Amino acid sequence: MERLLQLVNADARLVWRGRFVDTIFLVEVGDTSWLIKVNAGRIAAVTRGPFAMPSWTFALRAPREAWETFWLPDPPAGFHDLFALVKRRALRIEGNLHPFMSNLLYFKDVMAALRTREAVK
Amino acid sequence: MIPDFEPIVGRYLRLDLLGKPHRLYVEEAGQGIPLLCLHTAGSDARQYRGLMNDPRILQHFRVIAFDLPWHGKSSPPPGWQNADYLLTSRDYVAIILAVVDALALERPIAMGCSIGGRIALHLALDHSERFRAIIGLEAGAHVEPYYDITWLHRPDVHGGEIAAGIVSGLVGPRSPDTDRWETIWHYMQGGPGVFKGDLHFYTVDGDIRDRVAQIDTTRCPLYLLTGEYDYSCTPEDTLKAARRINGSQPTIMEGLGHFPMSEDPQRFLSYLLPILDRIRALRDAAP
Repeated sequence: MERLLQLVNADARLVWRGRFVDTIFLVEVGDTSWLIKVNAGRIAAVTRGPFAMPSWTFALRAPREAWETFWLPDPPAGFHDLFALVKRRALRIEGNLHPFMSNLLYFKDVMAALRTREAVK
Repeated sequence: MIPDFEPIVGRYLRLDLLGKPHRLYVEEAGQGIPLLCLHTAGSDARQYRGLMNDPRILQHFRVIAFDLPWHGKSSPPPGWQNADYLLTSRDYVAIILAVVDALALERPIAMGCSIGGRIALHLALDHSERFRAIIGLEAGAHVEPYYDITWLHRPDVHGGEIAAGIVSGLVGPRSPDTDRWETIWHYMQGGPGVFKGDLHFYTVDGDIRDRVAQIDTTRCPLYLLTGEYDYSCTPEDTLKAARRINGSQPTIMEGLGHFPMSEDPQRFLSYLLPILDRIRALRDAAP
């Protein structure tokens, strides 16, 4: 997850897509949680939990296996998109969804950015 | 120099729909058996550009696709500003039959995708005598809502941007980039509340689970084609409907998503052409 900072910030078009995004969101990968801080579409910080009093706008929570399948270089049908995970009830999206929904293409690509890491491993 | 026009011709059709005058945009190409194509929720007839440019199709079929009222280049009815757009099964069927009548189509093939696939099941059930065959793309009897569709229509969220975000994953991951982004662009161009209004039919009003088993495919053949990567109408949804409809012919299309004719026309045609051949053979065999 720490690689997210480098992967997103190196993608100028993705940063542009998120140019109006300023938020902190939580990603839960099974038992591990991460806070991701976004400033004008750039990832400013990725912090690993556990957290005592985390403050975030929205949270993306899924079991580890669901995320790992989503991050495969060529994920199988039903695991290839955040909303595919939502549809199969593997991903829960909670909190104030306004920044997420109004920048949906951006956040889908941010989370899919980690696929690159898997592909070159 | 000769202009490089495509074979598609588009015109505006004036007709009354649901008791009001309408101006409907209709495209067509080819000659032969009429093949009436219905676009997905929140999009328009450009989704069928691949079919309408394929000589193998145009040789035997007159392909017709129209933009539903409120969609593409079809206008909403007069007074639209005073009401919410909400698609119902009754209205959707009435619009389709009115277009068939207005164009004097003689027992066309009806082919629709997503909401068009769902209404294809309604047509197969209640109006099979009007069609020589029905093809449902990404068609199931019902879809459980999996996100809050009110996000699609509110002034503080850009309608085009969110529609693109909603459908981006429904395009199969192997689709050619040009066709993927063309498909998404159509969604980005939808008017405020139109995608949401269509989904009222898709998720609520168009539920046909309690009647789907009554479809009689001996009166009108029914083909169901669904993309492997479609998580809106999943392959399981289609196969479940097919198990309940005697004689229906399901196919799961590898590598495709929710918009087969638009996201990857060539791959889709490899599945569609054999079916169209079979429908043509049915006609040739008829007395």
